[in-house]
Amino acid sequence: MQPPQLHPLGDRALLCSLPAPATLPQQQRIWALATMASEWEEVSEVVPGMNNLTLITKRPVADLDTLTQRVLKSWPKLGTTASEGRTVEIPVVYGGSAGPDLDNVARHTGLSTREVIERHSSAEYVVYFLGFLPGFAYMGGLDASLATPRHTTPRVSIPAGSVGIGGEQTGIYPMASPGGWQLIGRTALQLFDPSQQPPTLLRPGDRVRFTVERVAS
Amino acid sequence: MIDIIQPGMLASVQDMGRTGHRSLGIHPGGALNTLALASANLLVGNPVDAAGLEITMGVAELRFTRDTRIALGGDDIGATLDGKPVAACWSIPVRAGSVLKLSLAAADSPEQAPRHSMRTYLAVAGGIDVPVVLGSRSTDLKAGFGGHQGRALKRGDKLPIGDASAASAAVHGPAFGVRSPRWSGLALRADEHSQHVTLRVLPGPEFDQFSKTAREALWSDTWRVTPNSNRMGYRLEGPELKRKQGRDMLSHGVVPGVIQVPPSGQPIILMGDAQTTGGYPKIGVIIGADLWKLAQAPLNATLRLEPCELADALAAAEEQQRYLDSIRATVAALDWSRATLYKK
Repeated sequence: MQPPQLHPLGDRALLCSLPAPATLPQQQRIWALATMASEWEEVSEVVPGMNNLTLITKRPVADLDTLTQRVLKSWPKLGTTASEGRTVEIPVVYGGSAGPDLDNVARHTGLSTREVIERHSSAEYVVYFLGFLPGFAYMGGLDASLATPRHTTPRVSIPAGSVGIGGEQTGIYPMASPGGWQLIGRTALQLFDPSQQPPTLLRPGDRVRFTVERVAS
Repeated sequence: MIDIIQPGMLASVQDMGRTGHRSLGIHPGGALNTLALASANLLVGNPVDAAGLEITMGVAELRFTRDTRIALGGDDIGATLDGKPVAACWSIPVRAGSVLKLSLAAADSPEQAPRHSMRTYLAVAGGIDVPVVLGSRSTDLKAGFGGHQGRALKRGDKLPIGDASAASAAVHGPAFGVRSPRWSGLALRADEHSQHVTLRVLPGPEFDQFSKTAREALWSDTWRVTPNSNRMGYRLEGPELKRKQGRDMLSHGVVPGVIQVPPSGQPIILMGDAQTTGGYPKIGVIIGADLWKLAQAPLNATLRLEPCELADALAAAEEQQRYLDSIRATVAALDWSRATLYKK
């Protein structure tokens, strides 16, 4: 596997990007590098992205070259098994007021609502990284037949726990937020709780399964 | 307690930010002008990272219900304490019942209004004692946690002041002041006689993907701060910055100061409340030591962006540290500072 390309991002961050295309084995290396680099004395934070990792240093670094060398030297030694994630089950009430766009998705995909639910809840998803909101997981693994474009005009407020499809991705809103995704259901699980440690239900590397709690009408 | 009589446009509890949770989508937040809050904290005997108030556009009114000591960080915005003028970068004893008023209206016309009046920081001896959430007292306004009840301050709010019981000497000691950052060589020479705010920029990872015209325009044109700017980002207006190739980017981690360019070609400078990841090309990054000037730049201000090298960024950061050290030394030389003023 090719080493990452490194580029400074201002005076206290280093962006490490892997060549396209993004694959799960590459992303597993990203998580492994994140785990290793978070132990380094000069590093304050690690931020996995899609096919990349940003290292943020504690203070402006005299030469980012040293950090760059450290990344490149560590790269060949990284395993991919180090960050085997947990499997998290997420019970979902599909349709009805919990998933007001379920019919939309069925219409767009040419599937019945039952098939949409079936395909959405039978896949295994992988949390690639978090962003957008605290606890919001960017997941891979959506059945390609379920891809549905976002609403052209986003909703002003989407309830916490809403499960949606946006283009080729599926995700869960951890808190009430504006958003344009097609909402197919809702979970009662709390995805973000700042009083807990760790504060988010999902972490990079986790595997996610949606289970059908109920189909509302 | 501090009674909020009038919070102004946006006031919130902030400290130096919430670090260590970006990988979970939690942004650092915190004071946008960390230099102002840090210096105000030092002036009242606090550690630099105690929580204070960030007050936007210099309008607010509040009452102290007990004797304490305060300092304002930022720029002078016509503040008064019980009607008497209070300057920024002064450490001032305050009697119970005193009312602090920040009022831009103190300048009679917009022309007289101070140029760098966007944010003012209030530090109080003992700090604002709201609960620590995920390692910080900062308010996360978007996610609704931290600070005072996870939200911007409202009329009638009462904020607890931290324990500074040993500070009675401090509370009743005389007022004293230090030079503001702007008069300590921390602003650029270029700022002194210019109506523009000059910020030093390191080229971003995608700098070379922009057209030659765009790269030149970045340095040679001026950039207006549009009113659609906030704690998440400063949206700029200027010539359209075009990329040579329009390849889509995958989401990646971003930091405050990143200048990202969405397809509109109008850049956005990310601030402390920005999302932890972004997907737009980054033409440059404002150096950390200049972010305080951006935090103070009012709406409609014009910015000039100046290329620099990593060594310049480091020198500027060290200079800022020396400024804070000099305040620490001034305060340490005072009698009252020997007492333990602050318990975390």
